[in-house]
Amino acid sequence: MDWTALSVSLWLGAGTIAILLPFGIWLGRLLAVRQFRGKLVVEALVTVPLVLPPTVLGFYLLVTFGARSPLGQAFHAIVGQSLPFSFTGLLVASAIANLPFVVQPIQRGFEAIPSDIRDAAACCGLSPWQRFARIELPLAWPGVLTAAILAFAHTLGEFGVVLMVGGNLPGETRTLSIAIYDRMQAFDDRSAGVMAATLLVIAVVTLMLTTTLSRRAGFARG
Amino acid sequence: MSRRIGSVLLVIVLAAACGPVPAAARPSVAAAANLNFALTEIAAQFARDRGTPVEVVFGASGALTRQIHDGAPFELFLAADEEFPRQLAAAGLTRDDGVVYATGRLALFAPKGSPLTVDPQLDGLARLVSSGGVTRFAIANPEVAPYGQAAEAVLRKRGLWDAIRSQLVLGDTIAQAAQFATTGNAVGGLVAYSLVLAPGFAERGTYAVIPDADHQPLRQRMVLLKHAGDTATRFYAYLQGDAARAILRKHGYGVAN
Repeated sequence: MDWTALSVSLWLGAGTIAILLPFGIWLGRLLAVRQFRGKLVVEALVTVPLVLPPTVLGFYLLVTFGARSPLGQAFHAIVGQSLPFSFTGLLVASAIANLPFVVQPIQRGFEAIPSDIRDAAACCGLSPWQRFARIELPLAWPGVLTAAILAFAHTLGEFGVVLMVGGNLPGETRTLSIAIYDRMQAFDDRSAGVMAATLLVIAVVTLMLTTTLSRRAGFARG
Repeated sequence: MSRRIGSVLLVIVLAAACGPVPAAARPSVAAAANLNFALTEIAAQFARDRGTPVEVVFGASGALTRQIHDGAPFELFLAADEEFPRQLAAAGLTRDDGVVYATGRLALFAPKGSPLTVDPQLDGLARLVSSGGVTRFAIANPEVAPYGQAAEAVLRKRGLWDAIRSQLVLGDTIAQAAQFATTGNAVGGLVAYSLVLAPGFAERGTYAVIPDADHQPLRQRMVLLKHAGDTATRFYAYLQGDAARAILRKHGYGVAN
């Protein structure tokens, strides 16, 4: 069992949630309540990672931020590290790959709030921020929860992008799913088996947790 | 409201980016997959002898070269051939041209229960091919793995390439090819001799070493990269010493005297 790899995977999952959740709540709500020009384009762009092969994302990240690209060199000069082959790079890739998994459930959550509830809250003299924090967000909570759990589970399972832009560096970019691949290549089926079972258990538990929590959230409201 | 959310977002992004990435020593060595067992052993011996561990990452020589081009933070690169280190040297990414540290060998491997009988001349394989008994045969991808190129050369020399081509399964690395070769789906494969000698591999089937006159010699070159640190430099020297060479020899590599 590669504990370092497990830790990298868990941090990656947590980091992806931390980045995407605030953004997803902002964008999901915007898409749910507002009509604006170009909304269709935004929705399509958000959904693209769902149907895009991970290798395409990996290719563009490498080409854009690799050591041979001007942007990559500029990034290195400013930040002092390169984006590919670093944990930060994985985080960026993971945030992009998980965009639809976060935005869509949150958008559905906000869409499910009847507009008269929002109107009533406005009539009661609540400020826009209070309306959001006290009325809308609690009502959309099951969607937010689903988004967080989906993003976390999906990040743990991410393989293609990580293999391409990560480079299998222990403690930095070797996630659990990469470690399984690595151990298989070393004919170490035992370790690979243990790690595969770990991911399987995490996946099942996460999904059970979603169902339970969203049901409970439903009861609390209903 | 959106401004507040914006600032929250910014803080979280910053916290996550600089955040608690598990602290581990930066890996310094990238190595071709055929070295999986030999180099792991040498690195352990080096850590015992010199007290400084090195981190070794294994992969396909071609893939590792690409990663070094793209800025991967390796300090020493042990390739499965001479071409990839030369590419890096030509791109100005290495300290010098490096040295040949070992010569690799190919082996024909057949897993237990396979209809393939192994021999250095590939006669058994030729018989199996002509009788249509080859379902799947594993080699490393000649595009990215030098051992795959050598395997292709051997199959071509024996006149088997065209017949066996559609049955080939290509591993990204010679290690993956070896893994394919050991599973029941393939009748066998041409893999690195060093992997066949690995613990737990030999009892999975039978093998025969291919005469090295049958393909271009698998001279394996290593190079220090520009930003190589002290430890990597010491390890580079250690690899050319007697202790490391004895281990390489034990794992089936040819080592100059």
